[in-house]
Amino acid sequence: MVDLPPSTLLQCALCAYMGGALGSLAALRREHLASLVGFGGATVASVCGIGAALLALTGGPAAGATTFELWPSVIPALRLGVKLDPLGAFFVLIVSILALALSVYSFGYARGFYGRKNVGLLGAFYNALLLATTLVFVASNAFFFLIVWEIMALTAYCLVSFEHKEAETRNAGVLFFIMSHLGTGCLILGFLLLFQAAGQALGSYGPDAYSFESFRALGSNLSPGRRDAAFLLFLVGFGVKAGIVPLHIWLPAAHPVAPSNASALLSGVMIKTGIYGLTRVLFDFLGTPPNWWGVTVLTIGTISAVLGVLYALMEHDLKRLLAYHSIENIGIILMGLGAALMFLHTDHPVLASLALIAGLYHTINHAIFKALLFLGAGAVLHATHTRNMEEMGGLIKRMPKTAFFFLMGAVAISALPPLNGFVSEWLTYQSLLQGFGTTDSLVKLMFPLSGAMLALTGALAAACFVKAFGITFLGQPRSEHAAQAREASPTMLLGMGLLTAACVFLGLFPTVFLTLFGPLTQQLLGQPLPGRLILGNGWVLGNTQELGGTVSTLGIVLTGICLLPVPLVLWLFFGRRTQVRIGPTWDCGLRGLTPHMQYSATGFSKPLRMIFKALFRPRREVQREYDYSPYFATTLRFESHIEEAFVTRLYRPLKRSILLTSRRMRGLQAGSIQAYLIYIFVTLLLLLIFAL
Amino acid sequence: MNTALAILLQTLLLLALAPLISGCIKTLKAKLQNRRGPRVWQPYLDLLKFLRKDMVISEHASWVFRVMPHALLLSTLLAGLMMPLVSVSAPLSLFGGVLAFVGLLALGRFFLALGGLDPASAFGGMGSSREMAIAAIAEPALMLAIFTVAIKAGSTNLSQMLLAAQAPTWQLLNPAHVLAFAALFIVLLAETGRIPVDNPATHLELTMIHEAMILEYSGRYLALIEWSASVKQLVLMALLVNLFFPLGIATDLNAGAVGLSLLWFVAKLLVLSALVVLVETTNAKLRLFRVPDLLSAAFILATLALLSTFLFQ
Repeated sequence: MVDLPPSTLLQCALCAYMGGALGSLAALRREHLASLVGFGGATVASVCGIGAALLALTGGPAAGATTFELWPSVIPALRLGVKLDPLGAFFVLIVSILALALSVYSFGYARGFYGRKNVGLLGAFYNALLLATTLVFVASNAFFFLIVWEIMALTAYCLVSFEHKEAETRNAGVLFFIMSHLGTGCLILGFLLLFQAAGQALGSYGPDAYSFESFRALGSNLSPGRRDAAFLLFLVGFGVKAGIVPLHIWLPAAHPVAPSNASALLSGVMIKTGIYGLTRVLFDFLGTPPNWWGVTVLTIGTISAVLGVLYALMEHDLKRLLAYHSIENIGIILMGLGAALMFLHTDHPVLASLALIAGLYHTINHAIFKALLFLGAGAVLHATHTRNMEEMGGLIKRMPKTAFFFLMGAVAISALPPLNGFVSEWLTYQSLLQGFGTTDSLVKLMFPLSGAMLALTGALAAACFVKAFGITFLGQPRSEHAAQAREASPTMLLGMGLLTAACVFLGLFPTVFLTLFGPLTQQLLGQPLPGRLILGNGWVLGNTQELGGTVSTLGIVLTGICLLPVPLVLWLFFGRRTQVRIGPTWDCGLRGLTPHMQYSATGFSKPLRMIFKALFRPRREVQREYDYSPYFATTLRFESHIEEAFVTRLYRPLKRSILLTSRRMRGLQAGSIQAYLIYIFVTLLLLLIFAL
Repeated sequence: MNTALAILLQTLLLLALAPLISGCIKTLKAKLQNRRGPRVWQPYLDLLKFLRKDMVISEHASWVFRVMPHALLLSTLLAGLMMPLVSVSAPLSLFGGVLAFVGLLALGRFFLALGGLDPASAFGGMGSSREMAIAAIAEPALMLAIFTVAIKAGSTNLSQMLLAAQAPTWQLLNPAHVLAFAALFIVLLAETGRIPVDNPATHLELTMIHEAMILEYSGRYLALIEWSASVKQLVLMALLVNLFFPLGIATDLNAGAVGLSLLWFVAKLLVLSALVVLVETTNAKLRLFRVPDLLSAAFILATLALLSTFLFQ
């Protein structure tokens, strides 16, 4: 057996991504070859990446040797340092699993672009995004981190704007670009703060001062003011990328317009870089947190979860709906992280590790089921050429396998047992409930209340996915396109099948997967895996408490299989002679049903739109035209529209005032050299006065 | 082996007792309204008749339509197996506590709603849409009330929650428990489709919820759905009576204790049924968009319950 150190595998992965990107650029003119090279390279790379991450997480003997430099840099003071520590390895695992399934899927999916768009470019951007994202997770100093962070943002922008002929796509791309740079600006300031403090502590401002190693050494030694400032800067900076409310507005605009394999990558992995950054900074760098940090993160998480799912419910654009669900799930992840911060403050490291595990477990789960759902939506889009659910329907008959995979993803994201979404939300509930006992202040009420909001989120998500699956796949086709849809190609199905298998594995065997978290909690919290987490020879998932709640999804499924004879016995005893007749759906004795008599997506969400009317403020317009009397209308036009309150109340006034200010500033730029010379002189003068 | 036997017995108990409770509620309601009403065992006869009937399945329906009744029955039974009925230790208590219980009921509802959308009828979609909306706003009240009890018991395991309720510190008139019970009672009315929320006796298109969803079902599938609905009603009622009034429940497993506990259990269920009937007879069905008010009242009660655990700890 060859002893492969994780670093070699990681280097292989990085080279393969690079090769895939360059190869598909080289084969620009030959679409089939470009797709083969590009996605083939990513497939190889992702397998290497999975290997590297698993080796690093299971902590083989070579796990220590995971620090290396990519190549000697030519720029002084810049080191392209890479370190594969457990936290980074965990996220590399997420990105690699997704990259594997997505690349397999892309072989078939890219065919939809042949002759229409440049597949070579798609492959190049796709590989570059994967490469940059992998490097974000393993960069070991702030300088290098920011460089790959920006490369990631730029390639993501290129993917979002891939179908740039449509105005919607271009606008979404620009919005993404602006928001992303707002975030990066905050990150640069945050890292500068840490850099300055580290430089002071080390006595030199050399390359060591911006390495993550020296940030870690700072810890609680930072002055409280600086720590709080750094916390806020990083929260905004990483929060934009993660899509927390109210910094989320770019997400539902940008993710849907990208090609579906890229949407899956953006929603599955790229927003997780925000979670990675927050985890890295809050648990690794900034030391013991004050209470308000945890409270803030938990509150933001709760609000994001509830608002994300509420806005998702109102969407009937299939991909936008999924994008809003990403906001919801980021919220759920942040609930875990926020609770962990609060436990660190009250000095409950075991509980903190439970909450952190809950958050990170939901991170990988969300990556997988969200990618699965985006791939399903992509297959539907591929077949029907529309993202509008109101024009779909009946696809389960035409695309049975896609429908099955989408249904599995829907069950998983709705946190229903026995799939993976349930397991991580169960862990989140457990940590929230135990949080009640950790403190005596009124703050403890936050835990069960956010638990109740998590319940609301889960139930609304279930309602939303009944709508998404039911309107898209069930019933009668609502348009010609939907009626003539074809099943997706085998590679696309294989990609979705891989992710479905991952959902089932993470749902049924959480205890196997959770062992990987041991090194991670050891690294971040100095704690081994909570001892009572895995019970009953790995059959049962527990929590940290004696006699606390337990759950075993595998046990539930097996008992369910044992109960299968119940309906069978009933049939054998009573119903053996009965017959099944296929007949028309009940139409109240009228002339027969048309597809337009079915419930629509808008109709389905109407009760919730009415219930949460104060939030949505729906605008509706009804126009009726009639010949003789208003009671006998000849045509009826109905229009209903919902705009996000954040857009109308926050961003639009902001945009207006920025435009107004810049228009006023324009007066300064008169174009005369004399005026500019005066500006320079005055600035110099002011600087001199300031320097004295 | 013991667990297997317990699973078998509890499954049989759930299946056998559930129609009886539905029958008792119907009879009691009729008596209170000065009608003669059906006999108590009428639901059994109904189920038998449905099982023997031929089925008509819509031409638009897919496999989801056929899977749904089975998924609903199995998930409801699994949830029921996590609930301690006559003995403190539920057969599946290790495999899941109250969170898995709620999750399994939600899984059943998920498929039920999909079954409503599958045959392409407007009624089914209407029922599904309303069912999911009402379930969504009932969920936080349900969970918060359960959390209040779970926090006091220090566990989400239903058997542990029951054991904690039997400890000497138990006080029946603890404000937290009274308020949580009130919240859960409202949720029970909503989840089982009782009168202020849904009317189980009507087939009027514009008001029905549950009946609209299953309009396309007939024969054996309808029997499975109706049976699941009554099992769900039974386990939710069991949650209320056993968690808040753990009177007479067997802590050890011998035949005498279990038999006595069964009698207690049925008696408690009958009292709760009487309460449900009283509410059903004295109230009119609420308009659909008044239901959220009722359920937010439940949520507020649950919040108050939680607050009182904080104030009176």
